[in-house]
Amino acid sequence: MSAPSRRAFLKTSGLMVASVAAVSVTGVEAFLQRGATPAAGPYPDVDHLQLDSWIVIRPDNTATFFVGKTDLGQGTGTAFRQIMADELDIAFDKTTCVMGSTDVTVDQGGSGGSDALQTDGYPMRRVAAEARRVLLDMAAAQFGVPVTALTVSDGIVTTSDGARRVTYGELIGGKKFNVTLTGRNIDSTTGRAPLKSVQAMKNVGKSPQRDDIPAKVNGTQRWAVDMKVPGMLHARNVRPPLVGATLKSIDDTSVKDVPGLVKIVSRGNYVAVVCEREEQAIRAARQLRCEWTPPASRPFPASDDLFTYMRSTSPSSVGEPVVEGDVSAALAGAATVLEARYDVPFQGHTSFGPAHALADPSNGQLTIYSNDMKSYGMRTGVAQFLGIPKEKVRVVWMQGPQAYGRTAAEDAGFEAAFLAHELGRPVRMQWTRQEESGWDTKGPAYAVTMRGALDGRGQVIALDFDARAADFNHVGYNEADTVLIAQLMGQRKAQPARGRASYPSDKYGIPNRRMAGSVVPMPLAWETPVRMGNLRDPDGPQATFASESFIDELAVAAKADPVAFRLALIERSTADDSGFKRARSIACLKAAAEKFGWDPRPAPKARGTGEIAVGRGVAYAFRSQTVAAEIVEVEVNRRTGRIWVKRIVCAHDCGLVINPEALTRTLEGGLLHSVSRALYEEARFDGTKMLSVDWVSSPTLTHADVPERIDIIQVNGDPNPARPDLPHYGAGETVCKPMLAAVANAVFDATGVRMRRLPLTTTRVLESLRA
Amino acid sequence: MTLLVNGQRHTVDVEPTTPLLYVLRNDLDLSGPRFGCGLGQCGACTVIIRGEAVRSCVRPVSQSQNVEITTLEGLATNGQLHAVQQAWIDEQVPACGFCQNGQMLTAKVLLDKNPNPTDAQIREGMKGTLCRCFSYYRINAAVKRAAQRRA
Ligand code: FES
Ligand code: FES
Repeated sequence: MSAPSRRAFLKTSGLMVASVAAVSVTGVEAFLQRGATPAAGPYPDVDHLQLDSWIVIRPDNTATFFVGKTDLGQGTGTAFRQIMADELDIAFDKTTCVMGSTDVTVDQGGSGGSDALQTDGYPMRRVAAEARRVLLDMAAAQFGVPVTALTVSDGIVTTSDGARRVTYGELIGGKKFNVTLTGRNIDSTTGRAPLKSVQAMKNVGKSPQRDDIPAKVNGTQRWAVDMKVPGMLHARNVRPPLVGATLKSIDDTSVKDVPGLVKIVSRGNYVAVVCEREEQAIRAARQLRCEWTPPASRPFPASDDLFTYMRSTSPSSVGEPVVEGDVSAALAGAATVLEARYDVPFQGHTSFGPAHALADPSNGQLTIYSNDMKSYGMRTGVAQFLGIPKEKVRVVWMQGPQAYGRTAAEDAGFEAAFLAHELGRPVRMQWTRQEESGWDTKGPAYAVTMRGALDGRGQVIALDFDARAADFNHVGYNEADTVLIAQLMGQRKAQPARGRASYPSDKYGIPNRRMAGSVVPMPLAWETPVRMGNLRDPDGPQATFASESFIDELAVAAKADPVAFRLALIERSTADDSGFKRARSIACLKAAAEKFGWDPRPAPKARGTGEIAVGRGVAYAFRSQTVAAEIVEVEVNRRTGRIWVKRIVCAHDCGLVINPEALTRTLEGGLLHSVSRALYEEARFDGTKMLSVDWVSSPTLTHADVPERIDIIQVNGDPNPARPDLPHYGAGETVCKPMLAAVANAVFDATGVRMRRLPLTTTRVLESLRA
Repeated sequence: MTLLVNGQRHTVDVEPTTPLLYVLRNDLDLSGPRFGCGLGQCGACTVIIRGEAVRSCVRPVSQSQNVEITTLEGLATNGQLHAVQQAWIDEQVPACGFCQNGQMLTAKVLLDKNPNPTDAQIREGMKGTLCRCFSYYRINAAVKRAAQRRA
C-alpha cells in the first residue's frame, strides 16, 4: 500500500485540467482509500490560497475536506467535518476529512496546543463558507436569479419559489473551484464570505459518532504500524547501556549467525541493525556486542536525590517574574506566614505503542509513514537532517498510539528516514518498550517553593510562587539538530534551548503577588534519556500542583472552606479579561461544587479511625481561554497506603462545544491521565541509567483504579450578552492542570496529612501517615 | 508451520521461536494484534486461544499450532459485530484506539466466563490490559453494556 500525492490524485481525477474536465470518481476513491499508485513526487507545498486545496466536491454531491491537522483520538476530524459541513451547507454524512499528509493537505502545523478548534477551526470554516458562496453564485448564474432568491440545504440549492433545484455535485462535481483566497498566513486564510452565526449551524453542538471508531473496533484500521511496502526492511536501535557512554567498537561477528541481517549501521554513538524480518532485527539488536566507554562523570543525579540537586544547583537561566504589589513587605508584616515546597518528578509520555515509522526512498524521493502529530515539521526536519530538498520529502500521517506533545514518534521518524536513505531501501523502525519508556521525552521536573501570608482576618495578602524547572535544553518539535539520532551522532545545537518554568494560571485577586521561575540544567545535556519535551499542557500540571495545593494550605490556615476560599479570592478582583475568564472561573467552581454536593467546611475532615479514610479535594486552573474546576473524592487505605480516586467532578468551559460527547470522553481521558500522574508516574534513574523502562518499573493507572463515577459539566457560559457567537476555544489539556493538586488536597482532607511530593505512591503515603 | 487463524489455515515458514505476534502481523498481515511491550505486560497483542486471552508477544509460534486462534478480525460473525464490539461503538470507547484490541478481546473472554460481572469483577478482570489514553471509565461502561446486550 502506498498513498498517491494530491497532485497525482488531481491528475488522475482530471482536476489538474483547468475548469471543465470531469472527475473520475475512481480517482477520488483511490485517493481516499490511499490506493495502489505511488506518487512519483516531488511533493511541493499545498497552496493554502487555493480553495481547491481545502475542499473537493464530487458529482454525487459528497465533499471531502483536506485539513492540515491530525487527530490523536479526540475526534477532531469529526469536529472539523461538523463545522465545515455547517458552513458549506452540506449534509454531515456526505462529508469526509483527510488530515495531516503533507503532500495533500495545507500546512496547518499538525496538532498541538489544543488549538485545533480555537485556531485552525476558523480558516476551515471560512474556506467552507467561501465554497458555499461560490456555489450559490454558480446556481444564481445558472438559474438567472439573484443569490438572494436561493436557499440551500444539504448541498441542494433551490429557488425560493421551489421551482428549480440543483445539487452542489451538479454544479461543480469533478471540476475545480479555481478560486483564490487571501490571508497573510494559513491561519488567516479567508475568502469573501462571512461566517455563519452559531445559531445557524446545524451540526455544531450535536454529537455524531466519531468517524474513526468503527475501523478501530472491527479490526480494519490500518495504522502507521501496519504500513508495509515491497522490499521493506526491519530496524531496531542499539542504545548505549550507560547514559553518556561512547561507542568504542562493534563486534560484527557477534551477529553473524543471525539470518536476514542486512546491515549494522553506526554513526557516532547511534547504532542500529537492519534485517529482512522483524524477529531477526530483534535478535540482532539483542545479540550485537558493542563496547562502550563509560562517561567520565555522572549524567544525572539519582532520581531520589533529584530535588536536593535541583534546589542546590545554579540556574542556567532565570525567567522574567510577574510581580504585583510588594510580596516581601506583605510577608514581613503578616499575621500568618506559610511556606511549603512541592516536588514533581520527570514524567514521560510513555506511549502505549512504542515509537515507530516507515520510510520509503522509492523513486528517489522519501515518504515517511508516521503517527507524529506534527507531520509537516517532520517533513521539514528530515529534509534538513538528510540535506535533501523538502520537495522530495512527504510525511503521510496515519493513526497511531496516544501522543500528547513532543513524543518519540519524531525520533523514530528521523531514524527510519536516515536508515532508508543510507540503505536505499524502505525501512521500518520500531522502538522497544524499554526505549519508549526510557528514552522518550519527559515533562520537566519541578521544585517549587510557595510562600503566602494571611492578615488577622484570614485574608490572603501575599502569595509567592518560585519554581525551579529541570528544563534546560528543552527539545523542540522535529528539530534536525535535537532529535535523538542527531544527538547520538554528535550533533550539537550552537545554543541549547534555555527552557522555562511555567507559572500558575488563576484569577485570584491577591494584592501582593510574585511568580518567578528559573531553569536548572542536568549534568548531561545531550545524548540523554532525560530530554525534556512538551508533554500535555506542557508544564501546567507541575506549576498548578504547587499553587493549588498551597491555596488549600492557606485555606486550612484560615479555617475556611476550600471552595468558598477560592471563590472569595476570585471575587476579590473585579477586573476581567476579554474572554471573561474571571466570571467563567466562578461559574466553573460553582458548577463543580453543586454537582458534587459540596457541603462547606474547612479541611481536614474530622478524623475517623477505620482503615479507609475518605476525603475530598478541589483545584482549578485555566489554559488560554479554557477553564476547568475539578473536585475529587478519594479513599485512602491507611493499612496499604493505596489511594483510590473514587469520584471525579469536572466543570469545564471551552466556549462553544462542537461535539459534546467526544469532548466528554477527551476530558475523561485527560482527567484520568492526571490521576495516573498524581499516583503512579515517575521517570526514575540511578546515576548512570534509566530505571523506569517497562510497565513494571514504570507503573501507570489501570482498570483497577477506575473511579466509580466521573461527571463532566460543560459550563460554556459566556457572561457577555452582546456576544451571541461564543467562540470555540481549545479543549483537552486544561483538565490536566488541576487534578494533581485536587488529589493531594483530598488526601489531606481524608488524613490530615499534606503530601507535597509526587507521585503519591503507597510507600510515600504510608511514610507520611507514620510521620 | 501451520496456523489456524480466524477459521483459516495458513502455512508459514519462520523460526519456531518467533513470537506469534510477528507472524500474525507480518506474515498474515493482520493488524488487530499490536506490539505494545513484547513483555506480556500490556495486552496490546492479545488473541484468543482455547477461550483464553493470550498475549501473543510472548508465545512462540511453535506452540500456537493446531489450535484455533481468534484475533480482533475474527470476532464478528457473518458480518455482524460481536456484542463487545457493538458496545464499544455505542459507548464511543476508543480514544487513539491502539490498546482496544486487547481491551475488547479481554472483555470478550471475561464475559464468556462471567456473563454478568460486577464493577469489581470488571476492574479485576481487565486490570492487566493497559490504556494510556485512559479510556478505562468508558470501557467499564461498555463491558456492562455488552453484558446486557448478550443477556
Ligand atoms: S505487546 Fe504483548 S503484552 Fe504488551
Ligand atoms: S485508547 Fe489509546 S491507548 Fe487506549
